[in-house]
Amino acid sequence: MANADGGAYSYSLTVFSPSGKLVQIEHALAAVAQGTTSLGIKATNGIVIATEKKSSSILIDSSMLDKVSIICPNIGFVYSGMGPDFRILVNSARKSAQAYWKMYGEYPPTRVLTQEIASVMQKATQSGGVRPYGVSLLVAGWDANRGPSLYQVDPSGSFWAWKASAIGKNMVNAKTFLEKRYNDDISLEDAIHTALLTLKEGFEGQMTEKTIEIGIITVPELNSFGEQEKEGGETGRPKPAFRKLTEEEVRDYLAL
Amino acid sequence: MQYNGGSIVAMVGKNCVAIASDLRLGNQALTIATDFEKVFPITDRIYLGMAGLATDVLTLRERFRFRVNMYSIKEEREIEPKTLAQLVSSTLYERRFGPYFIEPIIAGLTDSSKGSQPFIASADLIGCLNFAKDFVVVGTAEDKLLGVAEGLWEPDLEPEDLFETISQTLLNAVDRDAFSGWGAVVHVITPDKVITRTLKGRMD
Repeated sequence: MANADGGAYSYSLTVFSPSGKLVQIEHALAAVAQGTTSLGIKATNGIVIATEKKSSSILIDSSMLDKVSIICPNIGFVYSGMGPDFRILVNSARKSAQAYWKMYGEYPPTRVLTQEIASVMQKATQSGGVRPYGVSLLVAGWDANRGPSLYQVDPSGSFWAWKASAIGKNMVNAKTFLEKRYNDDISLEDAIHTALLTLKEGFEGQMTEKTIEIGIITVPELNSFGEQEKEGGETGRPKPAFRKLTEEEVRDYLAL
Repeated sequence: MQYNGGSIVAMVGKNCVAIASDLRLGNQALTIATDFEKVFPITDRIYLGMAGLATDVLTLRERFRFRVNMYSIKEEREIEPKTLAQLVSSTLYERRFGPYFIEPIIAGLTDSSKGSQPFIASADLIGCLNFAKDFVVVGTAEDKLLGVAEGLWEPDLEPEDLFETISQTLLNAVDRDAFSGWGAVVHVITPDKVITRTLKGRMD
């Protein structure tokens, strides 16, 4: 009998243990829980996603590290867990967003993109020769149909919509903190400050613009046809609803 | 395009759009049927017409039914006319080097939350879209249709006047075309209902 804590069931990805668990997926969740904390808050006029950017050595050039990623002009990701796995998911999400654009001439609604990336993650729990992705994602997006929405995707491939959520090392504390702080008519500015306050709880070391990454969704203004304004005239590309805050902007928020 | 014959026209009115087609199905110059419809409802406010090779018209009708159904299930909403136009375009371009021999026309109104704006578009057989503000024509009588439409159409027609304009345009254009005719179907799409009428035409 193989002896990790799950016994003989802990190695096969696709065999249920008698108690009904898939132990490898629980291990993947444990990998996420070791990752740095990330959180997302949905506000009335936008969304903020933020994460702690920790490097193991002061010699690492942290400006190269990217933990918040743009998928398409209206959707962004942040993750907790394994960085290399995240890059694979970002690549496939970007591809799938472009494929959607080619088919329909517009970028995918948040829920559709989330569903698609969730099924990529689900496949890794049932296929041979692979392991589950060691990441949880927070997906922040805006679409004309549902407005701003925030989703969390787990290694099992399950996903939920949240008003606010946290993943990674301090998720339990952070979620309790968010539950206390959250209210339904919070503005984006307040949400960004709440996000920073939440990260501050259990932050190891100094919180600076180099150790924090923030992405925001701002609800775009629509023209009289209910369509998004185009960037630079007729490039056909909508003005982005998602963007990452620059180091200067992060520094300003930290100063307040 | 001339094997089975057939023509379609769509026009914009004031808060409404109209789409009309003839009813002929031919085998070259021999008329096979006089009740062959080429315009199909996609949602209750969007219609899609296809002129060209009849077998491809029927195949694509089913393909678009499938794709639009999948779209509305996945996205939990009805497709918008503009999005359908893109979908039609990309479906046709997928067969860039062995195309379906049809030319489509899309006519519809945008969602009422976006003010029920009229929308029309046409494309060629490989999906090159043509968004027009006034009217679009396809089929074996397209050159004649274009001429008559230029003469008869005017902006901001009410549904009943638009019906008259599109009917006269189609009927008179197909009389100058041996591959189109034998009656017509006209759909006028307004925010609260679709008026569908079948017309008789010359039978020679």
